[in-house]
Amino acid sequence: MTNTTIAGISTAVGNAGITVIRLSGPDSFTIADKIFKGKKKVQDQESHTVQYGKIISPFTNEVIDEVLLVKMAAPRTYTREDVVEISSHGGYSIARTLLNLLYKTGATPAEPGEFTKRAFLNGRIDLSQAEAVMDIIQARTDRVSKVAVKQLEGSVSNKINELRERIVNILSHIEVNLDYPEYDEEEITSNQVQKISEEIIEDLDKLIKSFHFGKLLREGMEVVIAGKPNVGKSSLMNYLAQKSRSIVTDIPGTTRDIIEEYINIDGVPVKLVDTAGVRETQDIVERLGVERSVKALEEADFVIVMANAGDGITDEDKDIISKVEEENKSYILVFNKIDLVDNREDLKKLEEEYPRALMISVSDDIGIDKLKEAILKYATENNQDMDNQILITNARHEYQLRKAKEYLKASLSSVDQGLTLDIIAMDLKAALEELGKITGHHADEDVINAIFSRFCIGK
Amino acid sequence: MSEYIGGEYDVIVVGAGHAGCEAALASARLGCSTAIFTLNLDSIANMPCNPNIGGTAKGQLVREIDALGGQMGITADATFIQSKILNRSKGPAVYSLRAQIDRRAYQEHMKLTLEQQENLDLKQAEVIEILTENKKVKGIRVHTGTIYLAKVVILTTGTYLKSRIIIGDVSINSGPDGLFPANKLSESLKALGIELMRFKTGTPARVNRRSIDFSKLIEQPGDEEIVPFSFMTDKPNENQVMCYLTYTNPETHRIINENLHRSPLYSGDIEGVGARYCPSIEDKVVRFKDKDRHQVFVEPMGLNTMEMYLQGVSTSMPEDVQQEIIQSIPGLENAKVMRPAYAIEYDCINPTQLKLSLEFKEIDGLFSAGQINGSSGYEEAAAQGIMAGINAVRKIRNLDPFVLDRSQAYIGVLIDDLVIKGTNEPYRMMTSRAEYRLWLRQDNADMRLTELGREIGLVTDERYNRFLEKKKNIEEELERLKKTIISPDREINDFLERHNSAKIVTGISLYDLLRRPEIEYDHLSEIGQAKDLSREVKQQVTITIKYEGYLKRQMKQIEQFKRMEERRLPDDLDYNEIQGLRIEARQKLSKIRPESLGQASRISGVSPADISVLLIYLETLKRKKQ
Repeated sequence: MTNTTIAGISTAVGNAGITVIRLSGPDSFTIADKIFKGKKKVQDQESHTVQYGKIISPFTNEVIDEVLLVKMAAPRTYTREDVVEISSHGGYSIARTLLNLLYKTGATPAEPGEFTKRAFLNGRIDLSQAEAVMDIIQARTDRVSKVAVKQLEGSVSNKINELRERIVNILSHIEVNLDYPEYDEEEITSNQVQKISEEIIEDLDKLIKSFHFGKLLREGMEVVIAGKPNVGKSSLMNYLAQKSRSIVTDIPGTTRDIIEEYINIDGVPVKLVDTAGVRETQDIVERLGVERSVKALEEADFVIVMANAGDGITDEDKDIISKVEEENKSYILVFNKIDLVDNREDLKKLEEEYPRALMISVSDDIGIDKLKEAILKYATENNQDMDNQILITNARHEYQLRKAKEYLKASLSSVDQGLTLDIIAMDLKAALEELGKITGHHADEDVINAIFSRFCIGK
Repeated sequence: MSEYIGGEYDVIVVGAGHAGCEAALASARLGCSTAIFTLNLDSIANMPCNPNIGGTAKGQLVREIDALGGQMGITADATFIQSKILNRSKGPAVYSLRAQIDRRAYQEHMKLTLEQQENLDLKQAEVIEILTENKKVKGIRVHTGTIYLAKVVILTTGTYLKSRIIIGDVSINSGPDGLFPANKLSESLKALGIELMRFKTGTPARVNRRSIDFSKLIEQPGDEEIVPFSFMTDKPNENQVMCYLTYTNPETHRIINENLHRSPLYSGDIEGVGARYCPSIEDKVVRFKDKDRHQVFVEPMGLNTMEMYLQGVSTSMPEDVQQEIIQSIPGLENAKVMRPAYAIEYDCINPTQLKLSLEFKEIDGLFSAGQINGSSGYEEAAAQGIMAGINAVRKIRNLDPFVLDRSQAYIGVLIDDLVIKGTNEPYRMMTSRAEYRLWLRQDNADMRLTELGREIGLVTDERYNRFLEKKKNIEEELERLKKTIISPDREINDFLERHNSAKIVTGISLYDLLRRPEIEYDHLSEIGQAKDLSREVKQQVTITIKYEGYLKRQMKQIEQFKRMEERRLPDDLDYNEIQGLRIEARQKLSKIRPESLGQASRISGVSPADISVLLIYLETLKRKKQ
């Protein structure tokens, strides 16, 4: 019950300036220590104090965000459990990255209303609130059952059931040999287990990746504007968003935070991300922004690479393009500030050299419609592709798929170590249980049913 | 006319099969005056089906019964004629001991054990009525009209309730092995409001050994080194017989297919629900058409008999078809059938009417154990028997029931499955039913249960001292292996090379060395580091080290499981009053009335959201009380 540590975003979803991520449960402090680097370890931090530090991925060692971390030891907390609250300034997508990091380091996703539920169960909130909490949970049940019905007919649950079926198949082969050793059912070999597990992992990977595309549909497509400093990225962003968000100055490198805007291009939701100039820099504060930009690039669905029409393609621009290409991203090259180029010949040459690039001027509203068209074209083309693909849209499902994959990998390593089938079965069963959490099946019953329906055993 | 009262006991056990014997012995050994009733004293602890004890998951049950101070393992060790560990190559979680038993010798050994037991009376009589007053047990009435009074009654009627034997189109009211059925008790149970079900099982033919051509059979020898069932057995007997294997063939299957219309299973004469793991040969042939042969094991029924059991060809076909089927099998061409195969139908209770103590929820002092609870198998019956016996005594003494949970023993899995989930076919124990099977091993049954058996009072001083000694040896050896560091010298690296193990460059503990899959405990003698310990101690030490990571993971799962088990649900909870529970959950919960939140979560039809709602409701209740 409350032996797990849960994590969730506790501020409203959207483009608020600060997003608060909350951890609650017995391992809150140790989990926080795995990703947070401040002056003190969270475990040693005094309760009910704030600490400044960085979120660093223990897997890639990259800096994700600068944050403020509040430690609150039980019982004087909202849930009466150990609580950590992390205030992130990086916007919603950074917050999601941070949250995923917490899931990977030991936290489980919080159910809707779960912080409140724990607060109640641990005696924190008033009796009169109990019903409200039940409503939240029940509302979720209703929604889940509606979703479940929808998914019963849907491709997602078909796919997951198919994967489960394959695991049930290996497991029942293993189990029939374990429970009925005297019968001459063909014994499954470690090699077979390995081969099938690898195939399932491959399929799981596809599903996990599809979560990203699923996100594209749900949260919009992520378009990143990249380019060296002062080419007009913020101006473009502001122009498209038609409000002033980024700080627009003439000093290179003034946009240090990634700024996000949700815009709507002909009904397609687009999340626009403005980055600090991607370039090598010595300035520490700026470098942080640059590192984030690189991260934003990794997560982008589509990139607008902006160059200065007056400069042509500089080495710096080339670096940026190669970085985008390294990430295997679709992008469009845009030359801005054509209004400032006096020599028409120079422009013509540029157009000839880069025939697929767009010539625009944000300040004079030249070529912006074409840019919108290009974004739209990418979005619709991609959506068509996605229609044929199975999409995971639920974060909890993605979490379960990843857990299932971890267990399958563990079973592979057991196979590698030459361990016996009873041990290998342990991880396979755990993987099956994770997938069962999505489709609502019990692992044991399925395996036993499969044994009896597939094998001829008994006196 | 005043009624004759034949006696007054603390505990009366109805039926002297495997469940009844364990129940009666447990009760008498714990000091309660006990009577055990049977239709026929010569059929005590009978094995009307296969003449063996143990097997996968069942071997674990026998060891657990033994670890608690039960009888089955001891009697099996005294009377087995061939013994084998199954799954030797498949990992310690599923090693399972199985032994062929001399059926008569087993019965005699068990009967004598009962007869010699202090506080225990044996009675031959048919129990026809359970006497109650205000839903509380008072005693029983037997067929002669005599009444016996008791504080607690344990039903262990096996497959005898209204049993009917079916051979082809012939059906006879009879118990197994030609014994009388118990025709009247069912009505008495129904009158008490107990819900009955009708189950079906079956047994193959027995043939005369002289009529078998052994040259066509494949020998199935026992193990060279014999491992006993009981932790009390030092020197086990030796193998005394051979078992054999042969196969059915397309001709056998043709005979079956052509005569299917004569099988009562297919003509609809049998209503009882059979077990999927115990299909008749006609079931196998119909369902698995692509298999052109099925195994037939030929096993001796004992040392002083020529009867051989044909495992694999249980059937309810008429006698003439049976004869044809058997004679189509290599080695059995001239086999003479001594007892034909038959199907048997019987009444059993719906086990969800029981508490985990095996007492009926609605009838105070009435317990039930064994095949009457919808299980199948001698070992499953005995396991329930010992628990019912223990709990009968605890009931009389006003002590809390003794319940094993799913993480403590196969016994716990068995009873929890029956009582919480119920069953719609005769329930057989399987290792795949146990979530924590790496922990519920046969080698550590004593480590898991003997301390508990001691507290209950069934574990004798002798058994307890043995257990303490073994435990000490294991702990000391683990400690020694951790502390002993060997340095990377020539001798060690030669030793490692011999066993295809990576060389070492820095010191390593023996403990870490044993983690390597290729290094076995006995190998350590080559470097002078093995101690002269018993096989059991070495095995425990090896498993503990080699599977440490997995065991730790299992322990973590167990911890989580226990937390849910510890959240008790009040007896008087009105599930219909709880807002937010789905209707299906309300119905199921009201019927089964789980004792804990963990149990509730295992009931099919109760969702995780329902469990959340229950949690909150419980908290609300608690605060209202404050």
